[in-house]
Amino acid sequence: MDLEVNGRTYKLEGDPERNLLGVLRDELDLTGSKYGCGEGQCGACTVLIAGAPVRSCITPLRVAAAKAITTIEGLASNGNLHPLQQAFLDADAFQCGYCTPGMIMSAAGLLAKSANPATPQITRAMHGNVCRCGTYPKIIAAVRLAAAAMKRGTHA
Amino acid sequence: MLEPERYELFSGPAYQFTPDRRDFFKILGGGIVVLLMLPDQAASQESGVSARTGGGTGLPKAAAAWMHIGEDGIVKFFTGKVEVGQNSRTALTQAVAEELHTPVESIEMVMGDTDLTPFDMGTFGSRTTPTMAPQLRRVAISAREWLLDLAAEQWRADSATLKIDNGRVQGPSGKTASFGELTKGKNLVKEVGAGPVSKPRGESVPKVNGRAMVTGHHPYTPDIKRSGMLHGRILRPSAFDAKLTSIDATGVAKFPGVQVVRDGNFVGIVGPEAHTLPRALAAIHAEWKTEPQPGSKDLFAYLRPAAPPPAAPGTLEATYNIAYIAHVPLEPRAAVAEWAAGRLTVWTGTQRPFGVRTELAQAFQIPESQVRVIVPDTGSGYGGKHTGECAIEAARLAKAAGKPVKLVWTREEEFTWAYFRPAGVIDIRSATGKDGIITNWEFHNYNSGGSGIETPYEIAHKQIQFHAVKSPLRQGSYRGLAATANHFARESHMDDMARAAEIDPLEFRYRNLKDPRMHAVLEAAAKQFGWGKSKPKPNHGFGIACGFEKGGYVASCAEVAVDPGTKRIKLERVVTAFECGAIVNPEHLTNQVEGAVVMGIGGALFEALEFEDGKILNGKLSRYRVPRFSDLPKLETILIDRKDLDSAGAGETPIVALAPSTGNAIFNAVGVRLRTLPMVLPGTKT
Ligand code: FES
Ligand code: FES
Repeated sequence: MDLEVNGRTYKLEGDPERNLLGVLRDELDLTGSKYGCGEGQCGACTVLIAGAPVRSCITPLRVAAAKAITTIEGLASNGNLHPLQQAFLDADAFQCGYCTPGMIMSAAGLLAKSANPATPQITRAMHGNVCRCGTYPKIIAAVRLAAAAMKRGTHA
Repeated sequence: MLEPERYELFSGPAYQFTPDRRDFFKILGGGIVVLLMLPDQAASQESGVSARTGGGTGLPKAAAAWMHIGEDGIVKFFTGKVEVGQNSRTALTQAVAEELHTPVESIEMVMGDTDLTPFDMGTFGSRTTPTMAPQLRRVAISAREWLLDLAAEQWRADSATLKIDNGRVQGPSGKTASFGELTKGKNLVKEVGAGPVSKPRGESVPKVNGRAMVTGHHPYTPDIKRSGMLHGRILRPSAFDAKLTSIDATGVAKFPGVQVVRDGNFVGIVGPEAHTLPRALAAIHAEWKTEPQPGSKDLFAYLRPAAPPPAAPGTLEATYNIAYIAHVPLEPRAAVAEWAAGRLTVWTGTQRPFGVRTELAQAFQIPESQVRVIVPDTGSGYGGKHTGECAIEAARLAKAAGKPVKLVWTREEEFTWAYFRPAGVIDIRSATGKDGIITNWEFHNYNSGGSGIETPYEIAHKQIQFHAVKSPLRQGSYRGLAATANHFARESHMDDMARAAEIDPLEFRYRNLKDPRMHAVLEAAAKQFGWGKSKPKPNHGFGIACGFEKGGYVASCAEVAVDPGTKRIKLERVVTAFECGAIVNPEHLTNQVEGAVVMGIGGALFEALEFEDGKILNGKLSRYRVPRFSDLPKLETILIDRKDLDSAGAGETPIVALAPSTGNAIFNAVGVRLRTLPMVLPGTKT
């Protein structure tokens, strides 16, 4: 099976039913995607598959094969942070940071679909991501900040 | 006051012996080292040096390296505190950078490594800001003075004419030197004592390792990989206190490379591939003997079996119940264990690295010097990671396998085999005079704990008591400890008393308070909220509550909306005023306050563990609801900066006023007093 992650192709053998999160973390050493629940309930494991946010903990490898997968490690380009990463820093949108990769990937999926989401839309789209530290207000602020920065970026 | 929550009662070793000075340079390399001696009792307690040593004669001195400047100029500070999301790494770095007149980026804060950092009891009780920050500041100040002296000597100048600016020593006529140039070829050790330090400047500095977190590169414990490492899983008993009666593990043979490790009741497996382990574990057939145990349905009757005797006429009495809840740190317990030449190293996310080292040494009957615990910055704790269960399990597996082993608890394991915030029953009886002054106050807390049990109100006659009960579940500390339960009961009851006396709840509190700091937070919250200025919309209600704990004062005003059809409760708006002395970092303080408030929503409105006969029935995220984006009320936070007062910690206290202000708002909305946490209206449709 071929797995295409962050623009790189990996050849994988074995059980096609094993979950993508485990493959990323244990086999490809891409540990930015986190385990939080293993049942699609917390969003810590979120990656983009063909641009859409997906819970990698409940995604079998076979479903992800041969599709473009982006993980948190693949978001920055040439050492430049993605606007969402920068916005999370600027807005201080995390405490322990364990939910952060998943939050950023979910937000990336949202912003790809909707360039300028209002707060209720962010709240709906991110409902499946848990921040146990309760940093929700700042995460919403960060997503809005990133949306604004990306808009400026495309107009520049 | 010592708190009855047992996980907070650990003391440190009786003595800390001064190591050979050459040892510091062996470990750290050449340069200069600052040792901090801690003669005074408060500081010693913080560092775990017991006051009751050697028959109570004198205090031992804790000698350990608190700072090192290498020949390469790298500045390292050492603290046994850990970073679990409360921002201590940045706050402490900021503190020493201010004293050393050096940029934050040039400082490395080594935290929670039992081989490198001074002994520390643990990161809890909001103690990092009030005690660790001043200690490190003291070290930084003496290092600064010392660097100036070294430069003065080298330049034959008067050190009073020198200063440090932006990490370089600046001399007369434009001479400058880096720290490395000054410490090169020196192997010097200096001891400093406690002394006065400056107050924090109160700037918002971004998280020092924030970039690693937003790029996914920060290695949390579950992300650590060692060469040749195997993965582990544990076979869990069918219920708490179950005994293994029979086991057949022959089915594991079909999984190549998977090994069974058995030691009494402990059964685990290790193997090269994490993803085959759940199936290998399922191939083990085990039988367990269990005993009937109290369940969540009859919990409150179990905790306080006999109702209190009848009260005197004119007494207002009520009983409050508090459910068990789980911490649910997003990073579950995890550990990577490695043995080399009889010495054990464990990476694990814990709030008590030295405590876990002791647990490991005891479990394996080896000296503590043979154990090293390293705590990577961790995916939170909230008081729930004081223990080393997972570290011990990983170490046992690694010992059997002869290779490093990583063990990451599943969410279900974390829900079941960690410990819980205590449940409790609280009985209150009170009497109020015609003038709205409380005359009598009787408060009995069964099991949940003594934190925040004292009333902040001036009352002539009071009887306040904590009653220990044998808890049916394993329980331990939780953000704010029992202060949440005690404030919930007290502040709910305060509203009932105010109504009986026909006095506005805010005015009633003012009338019974003398403490100006409490008055100030109440006033600030009420003003921002517009208390008394408007009436709530239909099915909406307003509530207020205040509290004091661990050096911090908090008042919250809440607005709730109750859906008349489903009876579901939604928090619409929460105004929190918080004061904890001088503010260190306003941005992060707001984050801590808001985080505590958001976490409090869960315990107030929907979190509760269900259990029966030693089994947790709702131990997964799909069955146990935690606050999410859609639960978020409009949050307004007012920070009162008391520059004249010492800074207290802020991770815990802001949680305590949320539940009672919400409960008071629910009563205001629908006229029903909910006295059980979580608060759910009768007939609620889920
Ligand atoms: S780990 Fe995948 S959603 Fe929680
Ligand atoms: S920052 Fe800790 S879980 Fe979100």
